[in-house]
Formats: sequence, structure tokens, C-alpha cells
Amino acid sequence: MSSPEISAPPKRWPLVVPLVVVIALIALFGKRLADVEGGDDPRLLPTVLLNTPFPEMDLAALPNRAFGGLATTDLKGEVSLVNVWGSWCVACLAEHPLLVALNKEKTVPIHGIAWRDPPEASLKWLAQHGDPYTRVGQDPRSTAAIALGVTGAPETFVVDAQGVIRYKHIGPITPEVWQTKLAPLIAQLKK
Amino acid sequence: MKRIALFIAAVVLSAAAFAVEPGERLADANQEARAREVSKALRCVVCQNETIDDSHAELAKDMRLLVRERIKAGDSNEQVLSYMVQRYGDFVLLKPRMTGETLVLWFGPLIVLVLGGFIVARRLRKAQPAAAAPAALSADEARALSELTKNESAKKDSAP
Repeated sequence: MSSPEISAPPKRWPLVVPLVVVIALIALFGKRLADVEGGDDPRLLPTVLLNTPFPEMDLAALPNRAFGGLATTDLKGEVSLVNVWGSWCVACLAEHPLLVALNKEKTVPIHGIAWRDPPEASLKWLAQHGDPYTRVGQDPRSTAAIALGVTGAPETFVVDAQGVIRYKHIGPITPEVWQTKLAPLIAQLKK
Repeated sequence: MKRIALFIAAVVLSAAAFAVEPGERLADANQEARAREVSKALRCVVCQNETIDDSHAELAKDMRLLVRERIKAGDSNEQVLSYMVQRYGDFVLLKPRMTGETLVLWFGPLIVLVLGGFIVARRLRKAQPAAAAPAALSADEARALSELTKNESAKKDSAP
């Protein structure tokens, strides 16, 4: 005799659920990969210091430069760029001609933080490649770099006239970065 | 025996090798131990899968020195970690904190487990009673059954 249990026809729709989940995951991962291709490097950290006052610091000057070292108070009153750099840093050399050219245009003062760099080496490098900086502060023990959440050189901060960090660019500034991001922001901050 | 002991000692001691250089250590053993503990909780932002305690990157070294400086100045471990988080974000902590943003991280697996358990439990409950106790016969079925058995017995009676 056959079993008295007559099972209802199985529902088909739950079978679709895993398929939908897998497709959603593929879409998600695909988008992330495309973002990475498009320059959204996952190694770059978001800046938690955005829209916060530039951290307190008072860095010693490089000897024999026209302007002094860099202190937080120096950043008030004018929109400026603060560029973290070192003579040991290859990518800094790549962006350097752009900084020199920008300095000639006199749009904004560019301040430098010489990160983990002996002053003689910094000065020699500036003499060799041009000195676009208004003020340069020395940061031999990364105190300023850590206070700024710097992970590598070069990094460039846009600081508004109130001394608040408005943007941070990680890596060398390319002409494209300057034109599409930094220049419009600076123009807007100057208004 | 001695050689084996020596070998074991070498292996065990080399496992404790770390990046902290002798000159970096604090004189106070208690403070140094705290500094090590804090350093092990902080990610090296240059080589991102190492702690600053393990990393030989120059920035990691400076971060270790800063950790020690702040501990010497009287900061608690938590204050030192907060100092770093304020500058580098939660990313700098190897063990994420419990905040609104990380709730999913902390409880996501638990939620998935509970959901999965719920689905499995429901399936089991659905399957079991059906197998154990077949549904009672409806009135029509009972009548049909009794008629069939009557016919059977009638047949049996008529059989030789």
C-alpha cells in the first residue's frame, strides 16, 4: 500500500532566493572593483580631520630661509595649502614642478612640512628643484605627521582662512587633481 | 637533551621578536608593558596588516615613540588609543570599536546565525508532524474506507 501522506507540490520560489543573493553580491563586488579601477584606492584612508581645526603644532624653521617655521597660528587669516614632503620621497619630486608653477601664480601660499628629513637634505633638495614654499616646518619625529593623520608623503591639506582643514589630497598633486578638485575648492573658500 | 632545550629556547624566544628597538623602551617596566599592549592594538598605517609593534616602518617607529611619550605623560591606554583614532579614524584600531557604524560588523554574524537557525527550525517543525502523525481521515474518506472493507468482508464471506 502506498503512503497515505500526499505531499503538496513544492514551492518553487525559494529556489530563486540564492540566485538573487549571488547576483546582488556579484553586482556589489563588481562595483567595488570598478571603483578601485577608477582610482578609489582602498589603501587610502578617509580623513577624519576634515572640517576640523588644523592640529596644534609649532615646527622649527629650516635654517636660512626667508620665512620661518610653521605654527598653527600661521594658517589663520588666509586660505593656504600645507604640503607634507621629504627629500627622500620620490612622489614628492614628481609633484614638485607643479607646486613651483603654482607658487609663481600666487593663488595661495604653499607651506611645507619637511617630514623625517634632515634640514641639510631638505635645503639641498629645495635648492636643486626650486623652493615653492612660503613657510617650512621641520617634523623630524613625525609628531606633526601623526597629528595630521598622514600615512605617506606627499599629502596636501587645503586650509581655509579660519585655519580649518577643508580637504586632504593623498599622493602627488597632478594637473588634473589641481584643476578638478583643489583649484575650484580654493576659489570657493576665498569668496 | 641540552641541545634540544637550547633549540626550544631559540624557537620560543625568536617568536617573541618584535620591532621595538632597545632605545625605544621605557625605563618603567609597567609602563613599557602598557605601551606594548597599546602598540599591539594599533595598525601600522604604512604596512596595513601589521601592528605598529611588529612593523619596521619608520612611521610605525615614530608612532611607538609617541605612544610611549603619552603613556609617560600620564595618559591611560584608552586615551592613547583615542588620540590615534582622532587622527587616523577607527581604521587604526585592529580590533574595531562598538559604534553605530560598526554594529553590523559586530552583530551581523549573530543575526545571520539566528535567521538561519529560525529557517532551519521552521523547516524541521513543518516536516516532522506530517511524518509522525498522518492527517486524520475526512468523513468522506472514512465512509469510502468502511464501504471498501465491507465489500472485502462480503467477498471473503462468499469465498469458498
